[in-house]
Amino acid sequence: MAYVAVKGGEKAITNAHRWLAEDRRGDPAVPEIDVAQVREQLSLAIDRVMSEGSCYDRDLAALAVKQSRGDLPEAIFLTRAYRTTLARFGASLPVETGQMAVRRRVSAAFKDIPGGQVLGPTFDYTHRLLDFTLAADGETPIEGALQAEEAQAYPMATIASVFAHEDLLEADTRTPEAPEPFDLTRDPMAFPAGRDQRLQALARGDEGFLLSLAYSSQRGWGSTHPLCAEIRLGEVAVEFIPDELGFAIEIGEVTLTECQMISTGAGGVEKAPQFTRGYGLTFGHCERKAMSMAIVDRALRDGVAGEASAPVQDEEFVLYHSDNVEASGFVQHLKLPHYVDFQADLQLIRRLRREHAAREAAMKEAAE
Amino acid sequence: MSARPNQPERYYNYAYLDEQTKRMIRRAILKALAIPGYQVPFGSREMPVPYGWGTGGIQLTAAIIGPDDVYKCIDQGADDTTNAVSIRRFFAQVADVAVTEDTSAATIIQTRHRIPEQPLKAGQVLVFQVPQPEPLRGLEARETETRAMHAYEEYGLQYVSLYESVATYGRIASTVGYPTMVDERYLMSPSPIPKFDNPKMGDNEAILLFGAGREKRIYAVPPHTSVRSLDFEDYPFETQTWEEDCALCGAQDSYLDEVVLDDSGTRMFVCSDSHFCAERRAAGHVGPMADHQLAAPETEPA
Repeated sequence: MAYVAVKGGEKAITNAHRWLAEDRRGDPAVPEIDVAQVREQLSLAIDRVMSEGSCYDRDLAALAVKQSRGDLPEAIFLTRAYRTTLARFGASLPVETGQMAVRRRVSAAFKDIPGGQVLGPTFDYTHRLLDFTLAADGETPIEGALQAEEAQAYPMATIASVFAHEDLLEADTRTPEAPEPFDLTRDPMAFPAGRDQRLQALARGDEGFLLSLAYSSQRGWGSTHPLCAEIRLGEVAVEFIPDELGFAIEIGEVTLTECQMISTGAGGVEKAPQFTRGYGLTFGHCERKAMSMAIVDRALRDGVAGEASAPVQDEEFVLYHSDNVEASGFVQHLKLPHYVDFQADLQLIRRLRREHAAREAAMKEAAE
Repeated sequence: MSARPNQPERYYNYAYLDEQTKRMIRRAILKALAIPGYQVPFGSREMPVPYGWGTGGIQLTAAIIGPDDVYKCIDQGADDTTNAVSIRRFFAQVADVAVTEDTSAATIIQTRHRIPEQPLKAGQVLVFQVPQPEPLRGLEARETETRAMHAYEEYGLQYVSLYESVATYGRIASTVGYPTMVDERYLMSPSPIPKFDNPKMGDNEAILLFGAGREKRIYAVPPHTSVRSLDFEDYPFETQTWEEDCALCGAQDSYLDEVVLDDSGTRMFVCSDSHFCAERRAAGHVGPMADHQLAAPETEPA
């Protein structure tokens, strides 16, 4: 007789945690991975965790990646649950991506643009062949990249400045008296969502979800005909005005990936035809995410509340379902016991079946 | 339980949340109590347990708990279910509170999917973990729409849905999360408690707080407030009943869980409320399978 166990919560949890720790460590004969190694050698994992975890700290992100055994949504969750408890002492000034120390900048709109095309460290144009020399023991020799003969322009001209003379591209709308930006970490989602709220939600949103949404748009489900006007990767200074000083000081720098997508806008009676923009910005080097974000941002501008024709244009659909910490938790909560609910369902189904059978029998009797 | 100074949780503020956040949540609670059944949006935080695992309830508890509180946590009515154990441990650790399984001894009871069988009393707070605070969500996916429906008290859609159920099944086929009307104004989801528990909500002496972390909503039923389960004159509201009694304590009026004993269809029915069942057994009540190993108390490892 097979026995179905339902008890034993306390001991089971304690022991499961021990087992998890063992599995995290793996074979003890293999040296334990160091947080610094994760930080330096799995740097794109770190970048994703910092971006979606909304916390720029490479060491914390590396610890989260190690602790989560490389499960990035789990690492993002760890980072979020930590950052939410941190005290806030103020907000930095907006960073100026126009002043970025650029490591990579490409534009698909023009063959050449002021400042040139700078490929930088990219997987693009690599052949995706497994490099078995990396699997060999010890150090792999690295041929250093060559220095450019000419110094790179600084600041690197932005795509907006290239378009500026003809008014072909819609301008950034910046109001000096703008209110404090919406903060999703402090206020719940509200609709209709302003662009600040939308961009924050997308910046924290799951890369895979946004990638698929952007892809669906490209395939005709709410197309925006996007074109990658510019991607730039590099470091920007973070400035802060402490109350005691009253003027801005530089408190550090962060690596950012920025993407400007442009779409053809038809204009209207009052407005001349113009290219419109979608915007993507991430911590670290997250190009796939930044491009997807820019496409989704642009697509959402098309969606008038309630009249969106494609999922990517539907603000409530996109913003409510983009957060992987929320989504992962809720999907996986189905592992929690539901026997009270299930008992209620069982009861109902059995009762309905009994009633159904009684009706059938009565019908049969009446027919005979 | 005494403080354990070197646990990782001790690097955080008392009861995990910072004081500003607790204040924000308390303000939301006060608003919720002032407008019974109304869903108050709040700045829900990421918690160290996943969304869907009780983050709303944990935030409510964290905002109201103090060192003198006595905390009970149940899931599916039982104190020994894994998630209840995990959350109880969390508060024992971060809030240094005494924990209990005794319903009457607790000042704060956090629950998922049940209301204890034993009636609550004044001074107690029952904190519900809520996955989906919007009772109309199954009928209307858009938050912008459902908010307007609540504002206009436009609940016709809900009644149509119940009617359709009667037309299809010959009865109102809603079993858990059965819709309720609070104070004859707001339609409220009781969280996925079985409708068996719905009648316990009305005119309760305790405070009922509902927290939905992922959906970022708090709502409440203050003591002695009317909570009416929706029905029709010719199809009145009814709760679940069992032909069986509890196999361990013989109770005839408690919500029963079905335990499958083998792979040939043998089963037993036991009280879902583990403390209620244990108390009855201690008082000498005996069910037909009283010596089953499910009745053996499990002691918490030191």
